[in-house]
Amino acid sequence: MDAVIALWTELPVVIQIVMKIVAIMLPLMLLVAYYTYAERKIIGYMQVRMGPNRVGFFGMRLWGLGQPIADAVKLMFKEIIIPTGASKTLFLIAPMLTIGPALAAWAVFPFDAGLVLADVNAGLLYILAMTSLGVYGVIIAGWASNSKYAFLGSIRSAAQIISYEIAMGFALVGVLVAAGSLNLGDIVNAQQGSVFHWFWLPLLPLFLVYFISGVAETNRAPFDVAEGESEIVAGFHVEYSGMTFAVFFLAEYANMILISALSALMFMGGWLSPLPQNWVDGVFLLDDGFQWLLLKTFAFMFLFLWFRATFPRYRYDQIMRLGWKVFIPITIVWIVVVSVMRVAEMPWWFN
Amino acid sequence: MSFEKFLFYVFAAILVFAAVMVITRKNPVHSALFLVLAFFNSAGLWMLAEAEFLAIALVLVYVGAVMVLFLFVVMMLDINIAELRAGFVRNAPVAILVAIAMVIELVIVVGPQRFGLDEVAAPAAKPAGYSNTEELGLALFTQHLYAFEIAAVILLVGIVAAIGLTMRRRPDTKSQDPSRQVTVKAKDRLRVIKMDAEEKA
Repeated sequence: MDAVIALWTELPVVIQIVMKIVAIMLPLMLLVAYYTYAERKIIGYMQVRMGPNRVGFFGMRLWGLGQPIADAVKLMFKEIIIPTGASKTLFLIAPMLTIGPALAAWAVFPFDAGLVLADVNAGLLYILAMTSLGVYGVIIAGWASNSKYAFLGSIRSAAQIISYEIAMGFALVGVLVAAGSLNLGDIVNAQQGSVFHWFWLPLLPLFLVYFISGVAETNRAPFDVAEGESEIVAGFHVEYSGMTFAVFFLAEYANMILISALSALMFMGGWLSPLPQNWVDGVFLLDDGFQWLLLKTFAFMFLFLWFRATFPRYRYDQIMRLGWKVFIPITIVWIVVVSVMRVAEMPWWFN
Repeated sequence: MSFEKFLFYVFAAILVFAAVMVITRKNPVHSALFLVLAFFNSAGLWMLAEAEFLAIALVLVYVGAVMVLFLFVVMMLDINIAELRAGFVRNAPVAILVAIAMVIELVIVVGPQRFGLDEVAAPAAKPAGYSNTEELGLALFTQHLYAFEIAAVILLVGIVAAIGLTMRRRPDTKSQDPSRQVTVKAKDRLRVIKMDAEEKA
C-alpha cells in the first residue's frame, strides 16, 4: 500500500489530475449506459412489458444486460449524416457543447468527506454556471440543422431552460443561506445531525421546486416539449444520427444523474447516514460514506424514470405558467422565510 | 515564462481573436457565438486574477442567460446582408473618425504609461483559505450597501418598465385559464330538459 502511495506522489501533477478525472468519468459513463438500460427495463415493468431481454454476453441472455453495449457499438458505426445547407462546424460542435458542461460540473462534486477533485469555495456557483451552459448545445443544434422542426425544438427548449434556471437558482440561494457556504462539502457538513437536520425539511418547498425544475432543465418527461415526438418529430436533434446523436443522448442522461446527485447532496444530506449517529459509528457500510450518497442518487434517478412512465406531456403555455407564476414566487417567499429562520437562529437547524 | 503567464497569453489571444471575429463575421449568429467565446476567455482572465466570483458570475449571467436570449432573437431575425452592406460605405468615414477618437481617448486614460510593475505594485498572493465571494459579499452589504440597493431598485424599475411597455390587453385571444378549467362542473355546461315524447305523425 505504501509503495502505491509513494508511486502516486512521484507522478507529475498533470498525470495525477488526469487519472482522477478518468476515475470519475469511467464509472459515470458506465452508469449512463446502464441508466438507459434501467430506464427501458423499469418503464417496461411499469407498463407490464418485459423491456430489452435478448442481448447478453457469451451466449447467455442475462436479462438483456448486453443491450447498452450493443447500442453503443451500433451508434458508433452508423453514418453521421450532415443535412444540406447545415452549418457544418456548428452542427458538429453542438453535441460537444451539450456534453462538455454536463461532465465539467462533476469537477467540484464531493463524493465523500474530502473526496473531491477540486475543492473550490464557489462550488455551488460553478455548478449553476455549468448547468446553464448546456442550453447552447440545444440552441446551436437546432439552428445549425437548417430544419424547421429542429429550430422549433431549440426555441422551445431555450425559453424553457432559461425560465426554469431562475427558479433553480433561487432554490440554490435558499441552500446557500441555510448552509452559509458555497462549498458543496460545507453544505453537506451543515446538515449533520439526523434525518430531520437535512435540508429537505427546512427547505421543503425549495427542494420540490429544485427537483421539478431539474426535470424541466434536463428536458425530460413531462417537460420534454423540446423533443415532442408527436408535434415536432424529435425536436432539436431530429437531423442527428450515429455518434452525434449518441452524444446528445449521453449528455441528457449525464445531466439527469448530475441533478439527482446534486439533489441528494444539497437536500438529502449527501454522504451522511440516515441512521442515528450513535448506532452506526464505525459500523461498516452503515456509517457515513459514499454508499449513502450513491443510494440517495439512485432514488432520485428512479424518480426521473417514474415521472416519465406516469405523467403525460405538459402543454407549452402551462410549462411557462408553472415556471414563472408558481415556482419563482414560491422560491422568493421561501428565501425570505429561510433568512428569517437563519437570523432568528431557529432551533434544530440554524443554531 | 511561468504557467500563469502562459495561461494569461492564451486567454488574452483567444479573447482578442474572438472579439475581432464578432465584428467581422457576416452571419449574426456566428458573431453572437464568438461573443460567447470572448466572455468565456475574459472569465478565464478574471479567474487568473483570483476574482473567482466575478469570473463565475460572468459565465452565469452573460453566457448562461444574456447571450442565450440574444441568440434567441438573432436566430429568428431575417437580416438582409446586402442592405447592411449598402449603408457601410456611406457611413464608413464617420465610423472611422469615431473609432480614431475613441482609441486616442482610451490610450490617454488607460495607456501603457499608467500600467506596469513600477506604476502598480503586484498584489500579494492570497492565503489558501481566502474566499473572494465572501469578501465581496461583506463589502457589498456593509460599506457599499446604499449603492448596492440603489442599483437593485434601478434594475427593478427597469423590469417594471419593460413589462409595462410590452404588455397589452388583447380581449380577442382564446387563451385558456387552467384554474377556471378545473373548477368547471357538469352543471355549468350541460342542461338536462324534461320533455314529453314526440309522437310520430
